[in-house]
Amino acid sequence: MTRYVPWIGGVALAVLPFVYRQPYPLHILIIILIWSFAYTSWSIMGRFGLVSLGHGGFMGVGAYVTALAWNYGHVSPWIGVPLAAAASAALAALVAYPCFRFRITGHYFALVTLALSGIVLQVITATRDYTGGSLGYTPERYQGGSSLWALQFHGKTTWYLIALVVWAVGLYVWNRVDRSMLRYALEAISEDEDAAAATGVHVTAEKLKITVLSATMTALAGALYCQYQMFISPDTVSGISISLQMVFAVVVGGIYVSLGPTVGAVITILLAEVLRIGFGTRAVGYDNLVYGVLLVLFIIFLPKGIVGSLRDLRRTAGWTSS
Amino acid sequence: MLNGLLLGGVLALLSLGLNLIFGVIDVVWICYAELIMLGMYGMYFLYTIYHLPILLAAPICITAVAVLGLALHVLVIAPLLGAAPINQLLATGGVLFFLQSAATVLFGVEFKNLGLRLPVLKVAGMFVSYSRLLAFAAALVAMVLVYLLMTRTYTGTAIRAIAQDRQIMPLMGVDARRIYLITSGLGGALAGLSACLLVLQYDVHPFVGLTFGPITFLICVLGSLGNFVGGFVAAFVFAEIISVGGLYLDLEWGYVFAFAFFIVMMFVRPEGLMARRS
Repeated sequence: MTRYVPWIGGVALAVLPFVYRQPYPLHILIIILIWSFAYTSWSIMGRFGLVSLGHGGFMGVGAYVTALAWNYGHVSPWIGVPLAAAASAALAALVAYPCFRFRITGHYFALVTLALSGIVLQVITATRDYTGGSLGYTPERYQGGSSLWALQFHGKTTWYLIALVVWAVGLYVWNRVDRSMLRYALEAISEDEDAAAATGVHVTAEKLKITVLSATMTALAGALYCQYQMFISPDTVSGISISLQMVFAVVVGGIYVSLGPTVGAVITILLAEVLRIGFGTRAVGYDNLVYGVLLVLFIIFLPKGIVGSLRDLRRTAGWTSS
Repeated sequence: MLNGLLLGGVLALLSLGLNLIFGVIDVVWICYAELIMLGMYGMYFLYTIYHLPILLAAPICITAVAVLGLALHVLVIAPLLGAAPINQLLATGGVLFFLQSAATVLFGVEFKNLGLRLPVLKVAGMFVSYSRLLAFAAALVAMVLVYLLMTRTYTGTAIRAIAQDRQIMPLMGVDARRIYLITSGLGGALAGLSACLLVLQYDVHPFVGLTFGPITFLICVLGSLGNFVGGFVAAFVFAEIISVGGLYLDLEWGYVFAFAFFIVMMFVRPEGLMARRS
């Protein structure tokens, strides 16, 4: 029975926009799906103790390369998005390879990647003649609104379906990694690099694989966000605060379970929206206030996140059906 | 060049307290710069709203931030001492969010300053601001004091011993909890001191921590953790890169070069600039 749950859930989500057409909830759902995908991309490597604070940078590269290619080169996002993903993958490889080669782990890896997202943020700000700097940037509207070539659509339904598919692909990749040899190799590495190397695991190569995969997916999330929102600014798609936001949402949802990042995205985005609607402009800062407290509490009391803890609870109670 | 040197003084002062905590407790206080931000707000309110003389406001502010440091340790770090290092880093990241938005909610997002401009010194055709000179001098004095404390007193010796081996020292009769508390308080006090000096030259706003927070960590790591002289040198190297880069291009490029320099240095000398090769 449980085998069919993902399919039933997927179909239910897919028909949703045809039954229910309110633009605002649909918009929130799209945003949740896009960020869920970004968070899932982060957790693919984060769960193996590779805590990257550079994903804000990868997302920024994804969004800005796509937008700049469209505006300056009139390159369709169909080419621009793979270009952006490739750029992000190259950047990840460039920084991560020496990191892994020279055994930079833990705190130090986090700080190197932190510097990376700092660089991306500052470069976007510094090249303000082309990128608009901190004022943000808008990809040019295609004449006539919707166009498959420009990957710009008016209808929320189209975007919802695109985001849904991308999100589902993200979950699929997560599960593929979860069931692959790569996972065992990386778990061994996160326990003890020397022991893993001694048993024949190519430490550098395995870590590099997962990092490049994760960075590519994150760039895709950035590009998708850019195409949907049609407005990007350094603060919304890149930089250290975005990196921290990713880590935060994943930790809240649960880092070791495939739906964890999604639950994290649902909780954080709904929280922000509820506070925004409830308090209006007075709520500037309230959402982060709650986030901050939650993050600290979660790490102290529920380090496995909501979904992970629920699963543990179910196991210990002996309801194991799956 | 000279401006870079003076900026280096400010950065050295900033990294001093963090270096202490990073080196001794082995916890990254991502929110360290936010403590400084609160200290700056403290100075602002004490000086402009309550009209306390600046020399009275400063000690109050330093004490207050030291208490904040203690509270941070007791409430957040202590329960996580046994947890994975990454969890400690993330928890202080949560504190960062919290403090930043608490400041936004309480104080608003406007830029605030003391409305106090120290005179500018003119030496041989160069302009040097007193506030930077003051920060530079304070950084030197604070470093010497911390150095003396670490090498000449029993507490300092215990702190260094804990930093070397945290399992054995409690067995030798050193109360590790007390040492951690002292270190956190001291780190907080140094954050408070930095705040008092920074508020003389910069405006304070809730996100001011983000402008110099990351660079402070990089300095600590680059200068080898817990190595105060290394941190000092690294601060000046960074400051020169930022100001020279900023002179020829934009200030942002200065930061880009500084970050890139950090990444490359991590590959070349992962133990930090001043580490001895073993």
